[in-house]
Amino acid sequence: MSEKTLTSEAAVKRLKKRRGKEWRFRMWGRASIAFALAALAWLLFSIVGTGYTAFQQNFMRLDFQLTESVLAPDGTRDPEKLRGANYRRIVQTTMYEQFPEVTDRKDRQELFALVSASGSTNYLRQMVYKNPDLVGKTVTVTVPTSDQVDQLLKGYIKRDTDESRRKVSNQQIAWADTLKERGVIKKKFNRILFMNPDSRDPELAGIASAVVGSVMILVVAFVLAFPIGVGSAIYLDEFAPKNKFTDFIEININNLAAVPSIVFGLLGLAVFLNFMGMPRSLPIVGGMVLALRIFPTITIATRSAMQGVSPSIVDGALSLGASHTQAVFQQKLPLAAPGILTGSIIGMAQALGETAPLLMIGMVAFVTEIPNSITEPATALPVQIFLWSDSAERAWAERTSAAIIVLLVVLITMNGFAIWLRNRLEQRR
Amino acid sequence: MIDSNIKFTCRDVRVHYGDFEALHGIDIDIPDRGVTAFIGPSGCGKSTFLRTFNRMNDTIDGARVSGQILMDGQDIYDKNLDPVLLRAQVGMVFQKPNPFPKSIYDNVAYGPRIHGLTSSKAELDALVEKSLRRAGLWDEVKDRLKLSGTGLSGGQQQRLVIARAIAVDPEVILMDEPASALDPIATAKLEALIEEIKERYCIIIVTHSMAQAARVSDKTAYFYMGDLIEYDDTDKIFTNPGDSRTQDYITGRTG
Repeated sequence: MSEKTLTSEAAVKRLKKRRGKEWRFRMWGRASIAFALAALAWLLFSIVGTGYTAFQQNFMRLDFQLTESVLAPDGTRDPEKLRGANYRRIVQTTMYEQFPEVTDRKDRQELFALVSASGSTNYLRQMVYKNPDLVGKTVTVTVPTSDQVDQLLKGYIKRDTDESRRKVSNQQIAWADTLKERGVIKKKFNRILFMNPDSRDPELAGIASAVVGSVMILVVAFVLAFPIGVGSAIYLDEFAPKNKFTDFIEININNLAAVPSIVFGLLGLAVFLNFMGMPRSLPIVGGMVLALRIFPTITIATRSAMQGVSPSIVDGALSLGASHTQAVFQQKLPLAAPGILTGSIIGMAQALGETAPLLMIGMVAFVTEIPNSITEPATALPVQIFLWSDSAERAWAERTSAAIIVLLVVLITMNGFAIWLRNRLEQRR
Repeated sequence: MIDSNIKFTCRDVRVHYGDFEALHGIDIDIPDRGVTAFIGPSGCGKSTFLRTFNRMNDTIDGARVSGQILMDGQDIYDKNLDPVLLRAQVGMVFQKPNPFPKSIYDNVAYGPRIHGLTSSKAELDALVEKSLRRAGLWDEVKDRLKLSGTGLSGGQQQRLVIARAIAVDPEVILMDEPASALDPIATAKLEALIEEIKERYCIIIVTHSMAQAARVSDKTAYFYMGDLIEYDDTDKIFTNPGDSRTQDYITGRTG
């Protein structure tokens, strides 16, 4: 009897339908995951594809004659005076020597344009300032090529484009190739990208000031947001009376986490800059604004971590005569710590990626010095990316992508650390 | 004959959860030594009543206790009495073993530490050992005191929790269905332990198992729908109950 109903035609039909439904659901799932992975792969491919070349750059190894008659016609060795000397002339002479057959003034200008003008002159100036005795001697120094030559040798400036439509002339191409053959131009690891602050010349621009600025902002944000976030979560969950007012506060903290970040920027602009009169572009202001941005995230993470702790643990502590505070701080909080830390690190990762609120408080400044304290103007990594992405020259595109790669690596590292920490702390239980 | 040795005197004890009255005026006297068992079907209020003795109901939102509970003549719901001090004298063991996710040693040492019962490491070591010995766990764990208490078996965990309660040197130990999560062998060990320590403490045990109540308790109280139906010596309750509802329950007709 039962066998009959289980294998009857209607039952088989129903089974088929059920299987079809399950199959379709599985396919939807796979398709969504495939789509997500494809989007991720495309993102990584396009950014890494444009950016990876920026981690190497073309440099020229040149002998510069620090001629006394040019740098110190009066024979002075005063570093301050030597600072104002004509280093451009030294670099020009050196470049002309590479191709002595070039004599035309215009051609010589083009020849000089192969090297990074400010890069080489500033470098020599610094050298002589630190060691005035170098005047009169010959120094061998590695300086970056101009961004055009760099882009040409990396293949971004196409040689088959008509000469009038590219920035590098045919004879410049020939010179660059010759210098490369002679071993004067060499591709090396791009230290400039990591060690230099921002610059007007792409070949000299680096992310150092932005990275330092970001680190300062994050430290300020963490120091402010972590105690406030965790403290308010503990108070709300454990000690606050349960009434309409605390419900209202709770809802508003949750809402705060969903407020668009630019609103926090406006708030910071109104409160910290206009009302409190703090200067623009400071990491401390950026940190305070981002602390507002991430403390709700930390509060929510802390509360869910605390609610995840079995109430029986607190009961156990209470039944031994622990006070409520002791039970919470000695038993509940240590168990919630992995969740709290994970939430905080993810909050910090959010803060690292924030751009809009920093734009509002003037952190778009063109900062050519690495800040030494949280009260010196600085910029942040995502803001630096935003600034570079806006610039016209081809060389900026490459550097923008390189900065994005650095940002992504830091973010992935932070999230990975959060996961590792959580697993590790949970294992120890 | 036991009246001279009463630990708790309860008069008209009522417990409300919001508008719901869970206990409708309980009058009972709990003896100072030995085991008192609370039995009754689920939802009869026996666990709620148990939790009034160490004021654990205070931690539940909306729970309200009225009436009078005297411990050694002192009102434990007196406004001036700190429940924290009460709970140091009235220990509790829960249905599910709940050792702290810390080492076995730290589990037992937690109570003495927060109350400042010992003044040196050696004293604390001795107290931990004494408590574990009394809970019949010492021989099983003496070589792994530094390992986590959550790594023990269920029965061992429950005995660890008892050791933890004993370490604070309470006068009363409340047990809320302590064997319901244990297998028969662990249960037998737990009952043997209760038998052994009942000379020193006033033990109140809530249990679903009538056999267990019959085995371990000296007095038994039968609760039904928030009322105390019958309270007498265990022998009498199980052989010659005075109330037909008690009879129905212990013979398996209700509950």
